[in-house]
Amino acid sequence: MENLGLVLALTGAALAALLAGIGSAIGVGMGGRAAAGAVTEKPELFSKVLILQLLPGTQGIYGLLVAFVALSRIGVLGGTAPTFENGLAYFVACLPIAIVGLYSAIHQGKTSVASIGLVTKKPDQFGKAMLLPAMVETYAILALLISILAIFNL
Amino acid sequence: MAVLQMQKIHICALKSNRKQILEELQRKGIVEVDNSGEEDQIFTRMETASMKNGYEKRAQNAETALKILDTYAPEKTGLLSSFEGKKAISSKQYYEQVKDQEGIFRTVNRILALERHIGEDRAGQAKAEATLETLAPWMSLDVPMNYRGSRMTAAVIGTLPGTWTLEEIMPAIAKEQPQLEAYTIEVLGSDRDQTCLFAMCPGKDAEKLEDALRVNGFARVSIQTSQTPAEYARELEKTRDEYAQAEKGAIEKLRALGSERENIRFVADYYTLRAEKYGILGGLLQSSHVFFLNGYLPARNAEGLKTRLEEKYNCQVELEAIPEGEEAPVLLQNNGFSGPTESVVESFGLPHKGEIDPTGIMAIFYYFLFGLMLSDAGYGIIMTIGCLFLVKKYPNMANGMKQMMKMFFYCGISTTVWGILFGGYFGDVIPIVAQNFFHTTITVPAVWFAPLDDPMKLLIYSFLFGIIHLFTGLALKGYMLIRDKKYMDCLCSVGFWYALLFGLILMLLPSDIFASMAGSAIALPGWLSAAAKWMAIIGALGIVLMSSRESKNIGLRIALGAYELYGATSWLSDVLSYSRLLALGLATGVIASVINTMAAMVGDGIVGAILFTIIFLVGHTLNLAINVLGAYVHTNRLQFVEFFGKFYEGGGRAFTPFCAAQTKYIQFKEEN
Repeated sequence: MENLGLVLALTGAALAALLAGIGSAIGVGMGGRAAAGAVTEKPELFSKVLILQLLPGTQGIYGLLVAFVALSRIGVLGGTAPTFENGLAYFVACLPIAIVGLYSAIHQGKTSVASIGLVTKKPDQFGKAMLLPAMVETYAILALLISILAIFNL
Repeated sequence: MAVLQMQKIHICALKSNRKQILEELQRKGIVEVDNSGEEDQIFTRMETASMKNGYEKRAQNAETALKILDTYAPEKTGLLSSFEGKKAISSKQYYEQVKDQEGIFRTVNRILALERHIGEDRAGQAKAEATLETLAPWMSLDVPMNYRGSRMTAAVIGTLPGTWTLEEIMPAIAKEQPQLEAYTIEVLGSDRDQTCLFAMCPGKDAEKLEDALRVNGFARVSIQTSQTPAEYARELEKTRDEYAQAEKGAIEKLRALGSERENIRFVADYYTLRAEKYGILGGLLQSSHVFFLNGYLPARNAEGLKTRLEEKYNCQVELEAIPEGEEAPVLLQNNGFSGPTESVVESFGLPHKGEIDPTGIMAIFYYFLFGLMLSDAGYGIIMTIGCLFLVKKYPNMANGMKQMMKMFFYCGISTTVWGILFGGYFGDVIPIVAQNFFHTTITVPAVWFAPLDDPMKLLIYSFLFGIIHLFTGLALKGYMLIRDKKYMDCLCSVGFWYALLFGLILMLLPSDIFASMAGSAIALPGWLSAAAKWMAIIGALGIVLMSSRESKNIGLRIALGAYELYGATSWLSDVLSYSRLLALGLATGVIASVINTMAAMVGDGIVGAILFTIIFLVGHTLNLAINVLGAYVHTNRLQFVEFFGKFYEGGGRAFTPFCAAQTKYIQFKEEN
């Protein structure tokens, strides 16, 4: 039982990578299907729709980032194994990016799909099309910030 | 940083100069033609739609021919060929080459004909193949397919549905026609769907036999030829081979025509330009001898063009300032530093009448914020050098692409500076390499501070940069109001906000919340905190009382004013939004160190060094790509939503001159 703190902290780190990664995979997957459709009609739009497809991919990276920082502090990649309370704290600190990452990536993916439709019809509106999914990402960034600040200050 | 002053131009010239004048305007590309204007008895518009369509059709044919060539004679292109841009030619070369256009167009038609030919050849082959396939079960038949029998006998050739053996067929016939005895039947072949039969009987019984078979679904063979199946198959094979030969020949010819690609590109553009010109021509008002052209052009080019046209041709040119209440098309002009970010402004919307061009000020923040989000000297140097290399190597690069490269060049410089300030060089690659391969410890000190060691400090600075950015936006709004002499509006919607926000910030600085974030409290002198309090109160009161001063009803006015004051919450969320500067900056650095750590895990020695290099290259390429994308998207967002939200609406109409920019492959060299 003396490892319970480490297990908890590790669970948190794993969840951050897992959930945010799953969300991004779903989001990028949706975007990719829409992008493939757009490219069949207008191959010259490939680079634009690729950017739009990639937008929901950042949540997975944020999850990875939080997981990595956590791992480097709890004795897996460096640092020392935490006590039970400390491990629980790490677990909780990982939750914002895990959960918000999951949902925001899925919704950002849906917005990306809509934006890909927009760009296909009006390629000159790329700037606006890119901004709409970026709005969703704001909340993933805020969650990332809270997770990171919490872990750094533990 | 300016919206170019526009002027209206009216040209009246002789029809005999029409072609030259239009072509000159098209090459110069500085006049937007305005086709409004009423027809009357003398001045009418010319019917040019059929000419325009004709040239459009030709341009389309040339494009199709190019696509065909791409299929059969693909061009060898380099990895970076998309940066090459259009081929630059002088107008002399242009007119030289125009002489050959009919010949080149014949080549275009030849390519289209060859492609049709290939299609027909393929269809012919497919048809022969299909017939051969249906012929396969009949191959053991050694009489012609349409054989009807001899003088005394009748032959019945055809198929029964499904699989039948002789033992099943004979009882089936006997059941239908019991008295029929003198006949012979042969199963030639069968598959899942059909059984091929050859039956013979005395001539008089032919009908009975066929009836008996037909009850079971018999049908006569559909291939009717006087040849035996084997002969017919040989003939079909010959036909198929002939078609294949013809197809091969046509493809060879197309391959040989691959060298005509440049010429065809030229005529494609030539026809596009002609179509464009006829489009403009159709909008001009013309009498039997003269024509009128109205349009807009930048004021700085106006006098030059007027003199040139009047000297060269027999015409009258008049210039006129844009009348009050008319929206002129918008063209921005900026210097080499801020110009590259014009496209960012354009994608939001060009300034409408009376708005300033925000590009200049935005560019400074753009580079600043972009660099802060990416903040890695290694990445910055790669961006800077990469963009510089591409711009120098491909001078004919499309203008939009060139501006983008220049923008990333400046962003790269800013990224490098921030990277040095924060001590990030490909993350922490220097200490990792030193430890892993040389077993020494090197630390790269940050010039300012390392964000990973003190994220709260960077968070507070992010908010500070955000506040400066937002206040600049508010100041620009104030500037526009003062310029339009709306002093009261300026006081109410800018002055009071400054008072309120400055007051609130000064009140926040000594508070516990700020102290816990910054790690140390800031004590303000007594008079300043008193002043801060009064500033906030005056600002808030001013907003409540004055923001809806056009409303006559006092109660409504105060209610609307209070709602306006509620907008202070949007300032809070705007400032918080700048926390992404910290988050994205950390993301770059941390992922870079994840890559370095992974690369170092393989150990040292030569194998370790090779694997390290591979992981390093792949990992950092990915990280650079995804973080440049992130920095680009989020810098745009901060400009569009937070910064522009304070003062800028956009919605101006872009200046679209009558020019040669619609071409795909060629562009005219600058000349006088």
